[in-house]
Amino acid sequence: MTPRQRRVALVVGILAGVSVAGLLALSAFRENVMFFFDPSQVAAGDAPIDKRFRLGGMVRPGTVEREAGSLDMSFVVTDFERDVKVVYTGVLPDLFRENQGVVAHGRLGDDGIFVADEILAKHDENYMPPEVAKAIKSKHGGVMPVDPDPRKAKPET
Amino acid sequence: MSEFFAMDGYAAFLWPSYLITFVAIVANIVIALKAHASARAAALRRLEGDPAGTQT
Amino acid sequence: MGTNWAWFHRFGSPPHVYRLAGLLTPWFAWPAALSILAALYGGLVLAPPDYQQGEGFRIIYVHAPSAWLSVMIYAVMATAAGVGLIWRMKVAHAAAASCAGIGAWFTVVSLVTGMLWGKPMWGTYWVWDPRLTAQLVLLFLYLGYIGLRSGIDDLGRADRASAVLALVGVVNIPIIRYSVEWWNSIHQAPSVMKMAKPSMPMEMLVPLLLMFLGFTLYFAAVMLVRLRAEILRRERSASWIREALR
Repeated sequence: MTPRQRRVALVVGILAGVSVAGLLALSAFRENVMFFFDPSQVAAGDAPIDKRFRLGGMVRPGTVEREAGSLDMSFVVTDFERDVKVVYTGVLPDLFRENQGVVAHGRLGDDGIFVADEILAKHDENYMPPEVAKAIKSKHGGVMPVDPDPRKAKPET
Repeated sequence: MSEFFAMDGYAAFLWPSYLITFVAIVANIVIALKAHASARAAALRRLEGDPAGTQT
Repeated sequence: MGTNWAWFHRFGSPPHVYRLAGLLTPWFAWPAALSILAALYGGLVLAPPDYQQGEGFRIIYVHAPSAWLSVMIYAVMATAAGVGLIWRMKVAHAAAASCAGIGAWFTVVSLVTGMLWGKPMWGTYWVWDPRLTAQLVLLFLYLGYIGLRSGIDDLGRADRASAVLALVGVVNIPIIRYSVEWWNSIHQAPSVMKMAKPSMPMEMLVPLLLMFLGFTLYFAAVMLVRLRAEILRRERSASWIREALR
């Protein structure tokens, strides 16, 4: 090996070694890296049920209920396969809407109801002017056609 | 005009974002030009045989 | 031996690179200024508000290009560092060193503009989300690189040690890019930097693409100026400097 080939081997070795180490670390900590769990993961027992965790999904349209005169509210988080009911008291972010992504931080009760103490909104990568959105909505009978994350897109059952 | 600056209530988030980006753009230009000017001045001093030029 | 490597070895020659960088800088700087100004007008005035985020979505025009720069600069820096290690090319090490400061600045910009966007839209300035955390790690990689360089007096050793660090940090780049696809993340998927069709209409997209172009050209211009400074500092006793600084 010439000195230069040795240096090429060194650079390739660093890149390969770090990539393998990184892959191993990331797959080992996969659960901890997950920012939230969707209702199917919760149903499958993947979520750390005994601890506080984050539940994420879409706000199912027509399920948002607000207690008059208080900040108490409830809604259903869905991934179009499983649903989880969430109760929450507090202020909501601007983008909290039906059919929009949401991430709730809290604890799953024995009754299967998720008690959240923090609600974050999650928006998707689609941007469009309001008129276009209105046109699309009217074509689909008043609701925005949901474009869930393509990785998890499953037919609504 | 004031409606433009109000940005539909998002002014408090939007304008600081643009401001810090602007600051970064200007700062990096200044840093680069200053670095080049001082490296150049040091090189010139050195060429004139000023021993101080080798110190900086 | 048949390959003609002359062009490559010219890039190892400090006088040649110094002169070339000086010639190229204005050709990057002025188009950068024009693109950024046009993109500002397009993004703040011409583009319509978003159906969900209203006027607030316009933060994308500074957030996404800064984030792009922060990652692209790291890729350039690591490539230059690798070339410097393999071919013992001082100019390549100088190029890597000129990238770090700019990259660190724009990583901070992407983080701060992201926080300012996250507060009204998501409802929080910061969460320990995979994408956000990986971007913070990028900042620490840049700071570590800068710190390592300044901590070693011997230039050759500083070059080699920092180059190894830069290469180690490369693993973070795919993590940043794919974090939103590999794991559940609060951060949305890319709207533009993907193979599929961009997820926005032309009147929103064109200013954004112009901003990406402008930021990239801007980086090239600023980096070339810093590279010239770096070459001058390294080649302090070389006789070509007398010629170049006339």
